[in-house]
Amino acid sequence: MLIIGEKLSIIAKRVREAMMKRDKGPIQEIAVAQKNAGAGMIDANIGPAEDGGEELMEWMVTTIQEAVQLPVCLDTTNHAAIEAGLKVHNNDYGTPMINSTSNDPERFPMLELAAKYNCLIIGLTVGKGGLPADEEERSAIAAEIMARTMEYGLPLENLYLDPLVLQIATTQEQAVKVIKTIKMFQELNDPPMKTVVGLSNISNGCPKDVRHILNKYYLALLMYEGLTAAIADPSEVIETVKTIDVITGKTLYAHSYLEM
Amino acid sequence: MAFVPPKESFAGRVFPVTIGTGVQQTFGGENTLPFHSFEGEVPNRPLIAYEIQDVPPEDWPETVRRLYDGVSDDPVKWAKYCEEELKAKAVALRLVGTHPDSKDLSADDAAKTVTDVLGAIKVPLIILGSNHVEKDSEVLVRAAEAAKGYDCVIGKAQEANYKTIAAAAMANGHKLIAMSELDINLSKQLNILLTQMGFDKEKLITDPMCSALGYGLEYTYSVMERIRLAALSQNDAVMQPPMLADVGMYVWKIKETQAPEDVLPEWGSLEERGIAWEAVTASSLLMAGSELLIMRHQRAVEAVELFVDELM
Repeated sequence: MLIIGEKLSIIAKRVREAMMKRDKGPIQEIAVAQKNAGAGMIDANIGPAEDGGEELMEWMVTTIQEAVQLPVCLDTTNHAAIEAGLKVHNNDYGTPMINSTSNDPERFPMLELAAKYNCLIIGLTVGKGGLPADEEERSAIAAEIMARTMEYGLPLENLYLDPLVLQIATTQEQAVKVIKTIKMFQELNDPPMKTVVGLSNISNGCPKDVRHILNKYYLALLMYEGLTAAIADPSEVIETVKTIDVITGKTLYAHSYLEM
Repeated sequence: MAFVPPKESFAGRVFPVTIGTGVQQTFGGENTLPFHSFEGEVPNRPLIAYEIQDVPPEDWPETVRRLYDGVSDDPVKWAKYCEEELKAKAVALRLVGTHPDSKDLSADDAAKTVTDVLGAIKVPLIILGSNHVEKDSEVLVRAAEAAKGYDCVIGKAQEANYKTIAAAAMANGHKLIAMSELDINLSKQLNILLTQMGFDKEKLITDPMCSALGYGLEYTYSVMERIRLAALSQNDAVMQPPMLADVGMYVWKIKETQAPEDVLPEWGSLEERGIAWEAVTASSLLMAGSELLIMRHQRAVEAVELFVDELM
């Protein structure tokens, strides 16, 4: 399973300050730490970035790729910033990913960019209105996003469907519905659709000492249903990923499997 | 539309391993199942090494021992005979005389034999201990030093002695055989431990332990097959070294290669039986995925080479 390192987010104070000051040190240090912990891609969340987003995303992509030979997941609602980032992205290190499109018409141009640059894209199964109620509603939105993806000329294998993980502390009943959605998404196509989650949202609003527990057990259940990728803290989830890969037979067991 | 047979392709590839300095030999390197050249690349033939010993082969059956009459009293003559007369592509020298229950030869004796044999042949040399855990860690260290610069294969490192043997192989520029006892998970574990101590996984050869037809061959076959699938389909890097089938020593000690014709006339010619047994065991393990074989009888080797010709 692909771990997309979540730590380079504007929400974190240290990262935000480094972004504002264009201080490469902390950004590269966090990128390297995430790669060493098992990340296969690095998320660069610059927020809405209405002012100077293009230049900021360019700087983030080049700064990250100077330090680690990994693709970047470009995370912002600013289309121009996404395009600026894609232009400087070094595809020798892997295909970049756009985070994200959805059923909201304002997010359709993201698909156009994904098709233009032949990159990966996350399809968040929400519309302009409220949050999806259950797995059926999420799958219906997914089908619309898939149809639009093909209209824009992007192969479905480039699309990662995101069921939108919600907070266990406020909407507990959604946790199981999201697990069921992962299974249902895969059945929407042959070969199965790829799936991704923003994992730590499950424990958003929970006390710090239980957050990692919720995240890890939730990931185990999602992986069992066939999850392809997770935006997560690699140092927190790598044991879970390796262990579930062994339990489900994707990796051959050896006593030192955690060290590989 | 014409029928197009589906092709299976894999993410992983077996590491190619090159040995020797005079005449070099390369085996492994394929990215598909054994001999599936219609689905992927099979760049190298499996390599068959002729087995010789540091002491006369008194425990080998007469049917194979007599091939080496006049040379097997001296490992140097024996090695030269394999290279020059039998056209051996590689020689495997088993230092069985160092075993405490055999002649208990010293590590220095072994080192001298290695030096002498290396001076006499151009083809690559595989240097094997006596499979005595403590003695091997002494003998193979000295043998590896004596063979420095010849790019040999040293074996076998096992769970109980891998550290010293691997360190000696690494320091003297050799490849290493990692042997575990018919257990795929322990085989992976040993390869992990070796890579963790800094041994390059591309210089390893995995020996999942051999067995003869009728004596557990199906266990070896199954473990080899699963190792190869882990290497190819799961792209498991520690399972990507080529595999050894140490065929001769398992085949030529069983009843079917030893029981005389007057005792079991219904089993037919003793010599033909033995040759067939070695050839069938070897070709089965080639199908399971092994790339390096150690064998004893010239006619069995020739039969297996013919088998490979047909499949390559």
